[in-house]
Amino acid sequence: MDWDVVLGMLPQLALGAVLTLKLLVVSGAAGFCIAVPMSLAKASRTWWVSLLPRTYVFFFRGTPLLVQLFLVYYGLGQFVTVRESFFWPVIYDAYWCAILTFSMHTGAYITEILRGAIQAVPPGEIEAARAIGMTRAQVYRRIVLPRAFRMALPAYGNEVILMLKASALASTITLLDITGAARTLYAKNYLPVETFVTAGAFYLVITYTLTHMLWFLERRLHPERKEPVTIVG
Amino acid sequence: MSPNPTVDGVPLLQVENIHKRFGGNEVLKGVSLSARTGDVISILGSSGSGKSTFLRCINYLETPDKGRVILGGEEIHTKTAKDGRAVPADHRQLARLRARIGFVFQSFNLWPHLTVLENVIEAPVQVARKPRKEAAARAEAMLARVGLSDHMGHYPAHLSGGQQQRAAIARTLVMDPEVILFDEPTSALDPELVGEVLLVMRSLAEEGRTMLIVTHEMGFAREVSNWVMFLHEGKVEEQGPPEKIFNRAESERVRQFMSSHVS
Repeated sequence: MDWDVVLGMLPQLALGAVLTLKLLVVSGAAGFCIAVPMSLAKASRTWWVSLLPRTYVFFFRGTPLLVQLFLVYYGLGQFVTVRESFFWPVIYDAYWCAILTFSMHTGAYITEILRGAIQAVPPGEIEAARAIGMTRAQVYRRIVLPRAFRMALPAYGNEVILMLKASALASTITLLDITGAARTLYAKNYLPVETFVTAGAFYLVITYTLTHMLWFLERRLHPERKEPVTIVG
Repeated sequence: MSPNPTVDGVPLLQVENIHKRFGGNEVLKGVSLSARTGDVISILGSSGSGKSTFLRCINYLETPDKGRVILGGEEIHTKTAKDGRAVPADHRQLARLRARIGFVFQSFNLWPHLTVLENVIEAPVQVARKPRKEAAARAEAMLARVGLSDHMGHYPAHLSGGQQQRAAIARTLVMDPEVILFDEPTSALDPELVGEVLLVMRSLAEEGRTMLIVTHEMGFAREVSNWVMFLHEGKVEEQGPPEKIFNRAESERVRQFMSSHVS
């Protein structure tokens, strides 16, 4: 390892890390916003309510992220209606293509995670909420969703970490995220070990930080797991 | 049987001709009940007699296929669905009426992500739209009433079964319900914890609360209730004051049940 080379790459890779984090946070948040209504609809027993989320999950989980990314980045521009639409300046930009694709992709996985958690909320707790006179909306807002979020958190954390690494695909559509920056550097220095070990280290640091943030969040959301003041009875 | 003779004038709660079927199994075949303010009615019967289902039909946790539920003169509105069964017609009205009916579950069903106090505050704040401070004060009083003043900040997982059930009773009491339905409230408890819950229930009965209790606690039913209804295979087998049902029931089946369940 040539440490001078490693040091020299750090500024560019750090810029790449900023982009990677932006992709992760924005698409993670958007994916979550897509997933909440989708998972509620998917948990429905009425077939036409769950039709849209089932179709959505089927396609976005059933095809590779890379294929979806290429389809959006190269494919959408073929349609005149898209090119003439209000959204064109957005879709034209590789960054927004990546955001759009990643959001939809991770949203599909989060939908499944949340759907499972919603259905795992014990029926008795829902009955208790109905019995005190909550409306259906209140039952979801006050009991079902808060309970489901807590149960889904470990699996959701897993999905965020998977998405972090999947975001490397953004480098295939010209974006200079960590992987994109590393590939550009490698094309100049021809030092694969130095370049990609350093890039990998950036991912490791981010994953490590994310793991701790999720662990902290889990502790916060499950105060009942802390040692009680006294155990009685 | 004649309707509950203790009822004169307009009863507080009127449940008429409840039918309920699960698939091919007809669980309730037309059960009726009237309760006047202050009545404590025990509903007895062997397992599978439909007593829990009947109780759950009263606040529509199960939707009866047929029948009427009237609380304080206001009937729960129903409409006929495509398959011919009755369904609640107005969910807002149903929620409003449910807020006036307390329900205590066999398995407590406290919300585990909320503290005991938060569990009790939930209904007054969210349903009755009371200011949080006022709700908290009332919740604290209710928790004191069931002997849980020292456990308000605890999470349900840190309480014993008896404490959880008392917290659940406080959660119901805080709404000052006109009638409280108890669905086998002590059946999930260790034997040594049954007493503390029955003690709270007895004090509620003495305070004049209207209560419907599905229970296997025969001694409690006999001492505390003023009316006993015995269900068998989805029908009222016999009903009457406890001294009659427990000592000189007309039905052979009831007499047999009593001789095997009452020590």
